[in-house]
Amino acid sequence: MNGHPKNFNSNSTDRSLQSMAVSQRQRLQKSRLVWVRGLILPTLLLILWEILVRVGVFPSNLLPAPSTIVFTLLDLAISGELFHHIVITLYRIFLGFFIGSALATILGSLTGYSRSIHQLLDPLLQALRNIPSLAWVPLFVLWMGIYETSKIALIAVGVFFPVYLSLMSAVQGVDRKLVEVGKVYRLNGLQLIRRVFLPAALPEYIVGLRSGLGLGWMFVVAAEIIGANQGLGFLLTDGETTGRPDVVIASILLFAVLGKLTDMGLVVIGKRLLKWQDTYTSRK
Amino acid sequence: MLKINSVSKQFNNRFTALESIDLQVYPGEIISIVGTSGCGKSTLLRIISGLDFPTSGSVYIHDQPITAPHPEIGIIFQEPRLMPWLNVWENVQFGLYNQSKAGKERVTQETLAKVGLTEFSELLPRELSGGMAQRVAIARALVTKPSILLLDEPFSALDAFTRLKMQEHLLKLWEYDRPTMILVTHDIEEALVLSDRAIVMRGNPGHIHQDFTLNLPRPRKRTDTNFQYWRELLLSNLDLSTTERVIIK
Ligand SMILES: Nc1ncnc2c1ncn2[C@@H]1O[C@H](COP(=O)(O)OP(=O)(O)OP(=O)(O)O)[C@@H](O)[C@H]1O
Ligand SMILES: [Mg+2]
Repeated sequence: MNGHPKNFNSNSTDRSLQSMAVSQRQRLQKSRLVWVRGLILPTLLLILWEILVRVGVFPSNLLPAPSTIVFTLLDLAISGELFHHIVITLYRIFLGFFIGSALATILGSLTGYSRSIHQLLDPLLQALRNIPSLAWVPLFVLWMGIYETSKIALIAVGVFFPVYLSLMSAVQGVDRKLVEVGKVYRLNGLQLIRRVFLPAALPEYIVGLRSGLGLGWMFVVAAEIIGANQGLGFLLTDGETTGRPDVVIASILLFAVLGKLTDMGLVVIGKRLLKWQDTYTSRK
Repeated sequence: MLKINSVSKQFNNRFTALESIDLQVYPGEIISIVGTSGCGKSTLLRIISGLDFPTSGSVYIHDQPITAPHPEIGIIFQEPRLMPWLNVWENVQFGLYNQSKAGKERVTQETLAKVGLTEFSELLPRELSGGMAQRVAIARALVTKPSILLLDEPFSALDAFTRLKMQEHLLKLWEYDRPTMILVTHDIEEALVLSDRAIVMRGNPGHIHQDFTLNLPRPRKRTDTNFQYWRELLLSNLDLSTTERVIIK
């Protein structure tokens, strides 16, 4: 519409502004519609599933109906059992996440910042990273017993590597020009890391934290399946041993929901911290 | 006083960017360094700032050799180099970390007022125009009250009109504390408007070709016949052939 001489006529400009506002409203409604559209197929599948189980096409002792799963969840919730398991699992994941990401933050910023520390530490850490983390389980159990410590250590290991790797490479990639500003004001190494490198590395760091948290959820399941008498992973295996597929599916669903919620938490925190970013998506 | 003593700089042990530079800069003096692209102006400024080191020779401030960035030397780069996550106020305060909070606030306030950005202290760098961002960078450099201010083509990214205003502005700011200023510029008129001395550098390898003392009355007028005379003189002293060589290379 730019460049058309008739737009210099204020009347028609008004009108084009109006039509812009209208089209914006329409677009908003459309995006809401898109969201609803995404729900159509899952809902239909759920209904189909319910019907097929009720009719007897799926054996209900192997694949319970959605309604059964909802009732199972309600039962577990009412007895207080569910809350207990969720709290335990959240406790483990938060503690493991905290320890793993704290260590990764310290080591990642040091190896990213200092070439000599990088030469010293990074080869070892990369070698350790190549050990499939579940291979640590027997060793951790031997060292720390089968209770909380070994589980949290396993989760911390899982969280550590993605956070470490992303922070290190982000710090290495920080703009020399900004670092020089820090140097001109004679910041020492730690001040430089805190005031220049870490803020500049924040966007990648948050992505690292998110993938770390995702791995944390994977490892909490592993740790709780391997040996636990409480927690959502335990609920999962308990459902298996007692032949209750509804409990298994309910736990899987809970993992999905909790995983999504914690990730959304990180996304929200990240958005707040990165308000300053001048990226294509931050300009609207 | 700043003394540059037979400073040479080689990159990668082969390429000579600077060859035995000798220069003395007196307190409160404004000197301009002009020269064709690639003749080593930025390299010289980076060595004075302590961000880079000479291969031989030294730079002395108060008779002490500079081996690292010096608290009395401030620098303004060609780009504003603001921390994108800090707002204007915080960016200006960036270099003021070992002072009392009250003192910090006061001097920040003062300096922001000097550069005329008081109302914009909450803005983020991405919300600033190029000229505003460069004024923030100037405020950040001034806030620590440096006795020597290095400026590497500070206005070259600005449009002609903004550049004129910024030159005026810089002179006004200079009036407050009269720091020594070393200004690298491509713009001969800028050098003539601002400085007491104009150093003409030439490249291959980078050396000082001429050191002119500009005895032009202030405020400088671009239309002055003397001004025009100096303009021609400086232009004729620039070794424009090196530019071509650089381009061919
Ligand atoms: N880090 C470096 N490594 C190798 N060579 C460099 C480095 N920095 C600068 N040079 C070389 O040194 C010479 C002088 O560079 P310098 O940036 O000082 O030029 P300049 O006079 O500031 O040019 P301009 O006016 O274009 O900014 C150039 O030939 C450049 O290629
Ligand atoms: Mg330069």
